[in-house]
Amino acid sequence: MALTSDRTTLGLTVGFVAVALLGVFVLPDWLLNQILVAFSRALAVVGLLVLWRTGLVSFGHALYFGLGAYTVALLGRNYGIGEVLVTLPAATLASALVGFLLGFIVRRYREIFFAMLNLAFSMVLFGILVKTEALGSTDGFNVEQPTLLGIGTDDAAVKLTALFLGVCAIGWLTAVLVHRYLGSILGSLTTAVRDNEIRVEYLGYSAAEAIHGKYVMSAALTGLGGGFMAISLGQVDPESMVNWTVSGELVFVTILSGPGSVAAPFIGSLIFELLRTYAFELVPYAWQLIVGGTLLLIIFFLPGGVWSVLSRLAGRRGVEP
Amino acid sequence: MTNRTMIGAIGVSVAAALAAAAPALAKDAVSIAVPAFLSGPAAGPFGVPARNGAEMVIDAINAGKLPAPYDSKGFAGATVNVEFVDESGGNTKQVAEYRNLIQKRNVDAVIGYISSGSCAALAPVVEELKTLTVFAVCGTPRVFEDGERQYIFRTMSHATADNVAAAHYIKDMFPAVKSYTGINQNYAWGQDSWRDFELSMKVLMPDAAQSDKVQFPKIFAGQYGSEISALSLDAAELVHSSFWDGDLEGFIFQATPRGLFKQKKVILTVGGTAAYRLGKKMPDGVILGARGPYGILVRDRKTALNEWFIKTYFDRYGTYPSGPAYQYAQAVLATKIAYDKAAAAAGGFPTQDQVIASFKGMEFESFSTTVKLALAGGHQAITENVYGITKWNADDAEPGVTDVKFYPAECVMPPDGVNSVDWITKGMPGAKC
Repeated sequence: MALTSDRTTLGLTVGFVAVALLGVFVLPDWLLNQILVAFSRALAVVGLLVLWRTGLVSFGHALYFGLGAYTVALLGRNYGIGEVLVTLPAATLASALVGFLLGFIVRRYREIFFAMLNLAFSMVLFGILVKTEALGSTDGFNVEQPTLLGIGTDDAAVKLTALFLGVCAIGWLTAVLVHRYLGSILGSLTTAVRDNEIRVEYLGYSAAEAIHGKYVMSAALTGLGGGFMAISLGQVDPESMVNWTVSGELVFVTILSGPGSVAAPFIGSLIFELLRTYAFELVPYAWQLIVGGTLLLIIFFLPGGVWSVLSRLAGRRGVEP
Repeated sequence: MTNRTMIGAIGVSVAAALAAAAPALAKDAVSIAVPAFLSGPAAGPFGVPARNGAEMVIDAINAGKLPAPYDSKGFAGATVNVEFVDESGGNTKQVAEYRNLIQKRNVDAVIGYISSGSCAALAPVVEELKTLTVFAVCGTPRVFEDGERQYIFRTMSHATADNVAAAHYIKDMFPAVKSYTGINQNYAWGQDSWRDFELSMKVLMPDAAQSDKVQFPKIFAGQYGSEISALSLDAAELVHSSFWDGDLEGFIFQATPRGLFKQKKVILTVGGTAAYRLGKKMPDGVILGARGPYGILVRDRKTALNEWFIKTYFDRYGTYPSGPAYQYAQAVLATKIAYDKAAAAAGGFPTQDQVIASFKGMEFESFSTTVKLALAGGHQAITENVYGITKWNADDAEPGVTDVKFYPAECVMPPDGVNSVDWITKGMPGAKC
């Protein structure tokens, strides 16, 4: 156990350092941008992966994604705070808090009821945002220039590189910590709850509390991802941050990535971003068809997601969903 | 497929993709991107005519076939390569896609955008990426009122003009109107439009009363049964609406059988796009705007440019051009003129800074009207505005308009440097009508 977890940590470290070095010295700006956006979304997908391992799928995590994004954006607009060391933790905390409160309700439900209840909560936030002119209504608003330790820059290239390195560092840290967590006893309860809740209860753990904990964790991670997304794109609006389609995208990337590893969301998310960009470029009239078709193919032929291909190539057995 | 051929195929496609992404620009070609709604409910009434208008004019420019004085080939002699891009998917997605256009696909200029949301979201990004961007249709005044812009131009009037002109038209044609109400989509465009109209009515017709049951249904709601009932029961004689896209057509279809258009005067500030699409199903007697002198409201304007535009468009696409077709064509034409002027001044192919310098404050004759880039330091255009009343033309079996009245640009747009809401509230000082 200790050996394999060290191997994964090492692999994650090598992987993220390699991406960071490639990004700084080799890759063109547009690809840097894509990785930035993809990894922001991947942070949220790591959260969904924890839930998925517990046997739960949420169709409403755009609630936390949007909460994170709007927390960052509103702190900038209303209080002039662009400091990422303030805004990103605030985004994470706000989502975690709402996740904690709603957790008392959603932890009592499973399967489709869990999914739909989350969807309902996310659409409440969507409705509030769309109807409130002070929150930007459907148009949304621009996000303040981010600063780090009070230092900001007007140079687009410097800003991009700094954000890129930031998302790599946070992505690495998140992946390693979540990996450690999944290896711990509490973390192992994920699959245990999925397989048999009654046995978990007999072992002396509360399944509801275990689910609640993981729900808060996924909410926090999704909020962090949303916050990062708002900073990377420089704009928030309900359609792109809180609508049910955003929840759908998160679930899409989770399925595309597969539950096999905490590294999978980062790879899956980048594939999704590139797929969408090229589909958009090559078939501007029907790009949605390409994206949807890919999801169908993945479900039919790669139920373990992209990660199952990678682990098969590496000669290891992928974890079944 | 064996593993090796698969890897080979992937390798080839990656290489092809990278090659396609590499900059391939010489002075003999200018590449531009034209975003418009190509999917979703705004594609039919807005995106498709917009795309057609741009495509037709770009083809004519490349062939040197525009009417004089614009019959020189290309942008400053360079062939224009155009890529059409979908505008749907939300503002944040548009921001991401805009970055791709500039950084990945290396376009020289972006011409387009229909939604106010897209334009407001993009403004800071355009300034960051420093690429010439011409907004074609989007209406929000915020683009230039929120900050100074270097790289953005907008070649048509903003939404204030539509609603100030609407109030003028009511005052001129129906001075007896005593009360008014409205139905507008509950988002920025609808709220702004209603606010500008209501403020203008207070200034121009202070005796008319506003209803306390103004309707704000959700955007893309599709069903307006209860709103139509509320409007019918309302005592107000006049109904204002800034509906556009599929909502506008849905509203007309649902309100016609219930007699709303016979019972009330209805003014549709963006109604022009529906006239050709609905044909005979468009009720008579509706007051129609087209966000300026475009589409059905300038059908009878007999200038060489306008006649060429209508004929070429009809021959190619089988319908008459509506507002968005004119507006996109106008944005493309403006960019061509700026390039040509800059080239003449520079004595060779101009740099982007030279193009921007000649774009600023430019005045030119467009297809249907005169365009002056008079506001926001020469970045925001003003044009005249116009309203008319629908009347089915039974002789030619075509939609038509009567009582067409034009309002000069200086009458319906605020002077430079004045916020539009402040300007209307203060009683439109300096307006020359």
